[in-house]
Amino acid sequence: MKFITKIAILAIVSFTSSPLLADDPLPFRNCTWCHGTLAQGFMTAPRLAGQRDQYIENQILTFSSHIRDDPYAKQYMWRAVANLSPETAHELAAYFSALPPKAAADGKRDLIALGKAIYEQGIPESNVVSCLVCHGPNAEGIRKIPRLGGLSYSYLKRRLDQWGEGFDAAAEPMPQIARNLSPDEIEALASYLSFVEYDNFD
Amino acid sequence: MIRKERRGDRIMTAMSLRWALQVAVLAIIFSSASRAEDRSILTVSKQEFQAKLEYCKTCHGLSGQGYRGYYPMPRLAGQQPEYLENQLRAFIERRRTNPVMFNVAHALSPAMVAALAAHFKALNPNPIGGEPKESLALGKTIYELGLPESNIPACSACHGPDAKGHGEIPRLAGQLFPYTVQELTNWSKERGETAAAVMMPTSHNLTPSQIAAVAAYVSTLK
Repeated sequence: MKFITKIAILAIVSFTSSPLLADDPLPFRNCTWCHGTLAQGFMTAPRLAGQRDQYIENQILTFSSHIRDDPYAKQYMWRAVANLSPETAHELAAYFSALPPKAAADGKRDLIALGKAIYEQGIPESNVVSCLVCHGPNAEGIRKIPRLGGLSYSYLKRRLDQWGEGFDAAAEPMPQIARNLSPDEIEALASYLSFVEYDNFD
Repeated sequence: MIRKERRGDRIMTAMSLRWALQVAVLAIIFSSASRAEDRSILTVSKQEFQAKLEYCKTCHGLSGQGYRGYYPMPRLAGQQPEYLENQLRAFIERRRTNPVMFNVAHALSPAMVAALAAHFKALNPNPIGGEPKESLALGKTIYELGLPESNIPACSACHGPDAKGHGEIPRLAGQLFPYTVQELTNWSKERGETAAAVMMPTSHNLTPSQIAAVAAYVSTLK
């Protein structure tokens, strides 16, 4: 590699990697390493863009207090938020919630109709409640209840599976709900939700 | 002399036993069919009841205190059983418009409804709170004295001075503020023709700020 290229890379890395530069008050870049430059999510890290600010703030709290204990939380998020002050957590939440979200659209298309039916009506015969009553008609969430619309299929599936396995037991009522869902129903829900786009981003 | 048992005897005995068994089975079936009319918890299996209960509580709160999701899920704790049963029937018959509760109510047998209603009646958690505090005094006045000049009767006259209701008249004490507001605002749209004939004109005559005041007041009552 040419010498000038090495210097350039060094300069770029040093300018972008320090969270404590005086002219970079909000350390959101520490988050976007994993969650994507536009916070749309990347690999196992979910989209933060357009998420409910109260939900993000609350999740940061559950990570730092180790209440949320699923494997990726333990491996990455516990440490990632360990040094965040409540004020910074609040500002990060506000920052990410204001970014426009884009639907992951990575679920199975042929399961959309079934997933939509379960989302809107639940399955009364097997005591699965309607998701819509809490998460909203467009899966937009409200207050501390997260926006599900457009989150990635694999992330949603993983969360529902993990609640069924006993992780993150404090997130009532999700553990009870997830326990009543069959694997097929989880796949259908996760597929449908991954395609839900936003008409009016608010 | 001991009579020698013939094969024929045993066959006759077996046949009459089978016949007796069939009659007994039929008797049990017919008697349990009439027992299903008896709305006692004994006709609902404990396992089924617990599963249904958890199902209700997922939305309505672990102690039936209600929950503010995207939509408000009302408090069921301490509610009058006759009122709950009437509402579930109203959902099924679409006299009360709610697509989610229509599906929920359909999956409930009469015995299950009775058992659930009895369970929720006995719960007594604190009100969920979160109501605006500005017009509590106005709300108390409307609740206890009504607004005669607007043809609004005192709520306490039917719902009781402690807002605990009676018979088919619902408990309002501790009910979620946004839920009460929603019901009073949308009464004619969502609930239309009901046995509660007084609620149509009453809800119609209340102004939005009066609705908010009285809803906030009752939500504080224990």
